[in-house]
Amino acid sequence: MVKKSVLFFFVVLAAVPGLALARSDLPDIPSAIIPVNAPDTMAERVKACTVCHGPEDKEGRDAYYPRIAGKPEGYLFNQLRNFRDGKRHYRPMALLLEDLPDRYLREMAAYFSSLRQAFPPPEPMNLSSSEIRLARRLITQGDPARKIPGCVECHGKDLMGTAPYIPGLLGLPRVYIIAQFGNWQNGGLMRGQTPDCMSEIAKQLSTDEAGMIAAWLAAQPVPEALMKRPDTVATLPEKLSRRCSSILLPSGTLPPGTIQ
Amino acid sequence: MKRTVIASLAGAAISLAIWLAPEGRSSIHARPSQALMAPVVEEQADTAAQPALAGLVSRGAYLARAGNCMGCHTARAGDGAAGRPYAGGHILATSIGTFVTPNITPDTETGIGGWSEEDFWQALNAGKSRNGAPLYPAFPYTDYTKVTREDANAIFAYLQSLPPVVQHNAPNRIDFPFNFRPLLYIWRALYFTQGVYRPASGESDEWNRGAYLVQGLGHCNACHTTRNPLGASQGNVLGGGQIMGSNWYAPSLTSFQEVSTADWTIPEIMRLLKTGLSSRAVTTGPMASVISDSLQHLTDADARAMAVYLKSLPPGAPYSRGAAPALTEEVDKQLRRGGEIYETHCLDCHGNFGQGQPGVYPALAGNRGITLASPINAIRSILNGGYAPVTASNPRPYGMPPFAQILPDEEIALVLSYIRNAWGNRGSMVTAVQVDRSRKGAQ
Repeated sequence: MVKKSVLFFFVVLAAVPGLALARSDLPDIPSAIIPVNAPDTMAERVKACTVCHGPEDKEGRDAYYPRIAGKPEGYLFNQLRNFRDGKRHYRPMALLLEDLPDRYLREMAAYFSSLRQAFPPPEPMNLSSSEIRLARRLITQGDPARKIPGCVECHGKDLMGTAPYIPGLLGLPRVYIIAQFGNWQNGGLMRGQTPDCMSEIAKQLSTDEAGMIAAWLAAQPVPEALMKRPDTVATLPEKLSRRCSSILLPSGTLPPGTIQ
Repeated sequence: MKRTVIASLAGAAISLAIWLAPEGRSSIHARPSQALMAPVVEEQADTAAQPALAGLVSRGAYLARAGNCMGCHTARAGDGAAGRPYAGGHILATSIGTFVTPNITPDTETGIGGWSEEDFWQALNAGKSRNGAPLYPAFPYTDYTKVTREDANAIFAYLQSLPPVVQHNAPNRIDFPFNFRPLLYIWRALYFTQGVYRPASGESDEWNRGAYLVQGLGHCNACHTTRNPLGASQGNVLGGGQIMGSNWYAPSLTSFQEVSTADWTIPEIMRLLKTGLSSRAVTTGPMASVISDSLQHLTDADARAMAVYLKSLPPGAPYSRGAAPALTEEVDKQLRRGGEIYETHCLDCHGNFGQGQPGVYPALAGNRGITLASPINAIRSILNGGYAPVTASNPRPYGMPPFAQILPDEEIALVLSYIRNAWGNRGSMVTAVQVDRSRKGAQ
């Protein structure tokens, strides 16, 4: 059997002169080696990230890839660490970041944070006027009876985030915000984190309310001034920071405000 | 008896030599031993007045790194969430059940705070737990038995110096009938030879030191060997094998077709051990972790000793190069299609001749990791991407994007088949089924 196939192989080789070279005839293979251009930059080092996290939010085959450019550095750093350590669960991110030390993750966060954010145009808002009123109230005032603070309290009066840990809420697609609410409600976004403020808040909201908030936020245009200067984010007041899970970092890391 | 004494003395002498002369052994990193010592000494402010103990602890810290105790005794993201160093909780899926590594910090209740030096020695050397029961070989005591008493004591002193962590870990879930512990006596009779490493008389001290590290503390054989269903590596020393419970293959360190370093220079092997990069190879997966967590911290003398020993390993099977597929019309069509995918997704970094960029992106032409008979490592790399190990000399490595979410199984199979057969490479065709198996496989 073996002999036969070997024999066959030689017969084929003999019958078709030049077949052995066929592999170098593959289409478009140039005859000269073109050196690989790999500049010594962060942009080159984060190619593994930008293959999914492009300039715009992207719907992938398995997941939704949000833009990360221009988001607060501390926020991005926390997310990178949470993914790496399995606290925010998404296996591909955990595998990619395995063994990368904090200092390198911080550098990556700083890089993406420094990029100009490209905001998508506002989405149309399909809400009734009473729904709009409810969404506005929850966003600006919250619902003290259910211990829900208004979004503006932590995410800034202009909803563009507070440095360095809390992300902006404008310029995000509706489906992304809804997905995040869903993850917080079922505990899938962050694990073992205390306090987990967004999880507590999301669990107080009904699915309809979360949908209205997402629709309202996604329909807001990003203020021109902020689009040009994404680094002019506010800083969170001390008393609120105590409740905020985004700021709570395990020992050995930098306290709020010290990230350069 | 006499030999054991000599071995112990040799071990002690070598250890002492390292301890006494750390500075002469560092050309890559500035004073690595000192850097290693610093945090340990800080933690142990109260032992500063006891130089003998402090010395023992720092030496233990170095040896614990060399043995990568932390690698298994620390939970990772894949175990649920990353945990505190040495507090255990890492899950080892094996053919006989699932093991959860124990807490080896000195907490009395949940760790080894109540252990004596003798208890620790029994575990390492005899593979027995504190109550005398035999241990499952998921703890690689078949390798650790070669560690000298002096080194074991130093490691124990270091572990006892760590801050105690209270952490209860889940119990092991060992399958029937292997959960019947007395069976281990049979296993031990078949596969376990107790005894400290005995230096080979015809070899240099350097070679013996390398063999001691590779065979003992380094427990390279724990991965780089084929294990039978009972978890034993029957004499196939460093001959390569699938890592239990994972879809990684630890290649043979003796085969030229795989990753033998017999024709490498010593500095090249050292560079790979200490940085994970060389002009011929880049380490990925579990080996990248071993480099960044353990091997990069070796003194140059120890890295050199390991290199000398690894280079000397007698050649093993498979001896021949991989077989190229017969070039049928169908194969030719598939390779062309693979070549097109390569141009779109791979060429920018790996080059138009698979030449890569040294120190940045690995060459694929002539890369033995690509043409291994089993393509599982290459499939994994394409699916999941990853970064080269972070080390003191390469703190900001470049990375490979994951393609699991970009390319369907069939295209990954095509592009890998192409890479395995382009630029002089030779390897079997990869199928979409193999890619699918990797996607669905264990971590």
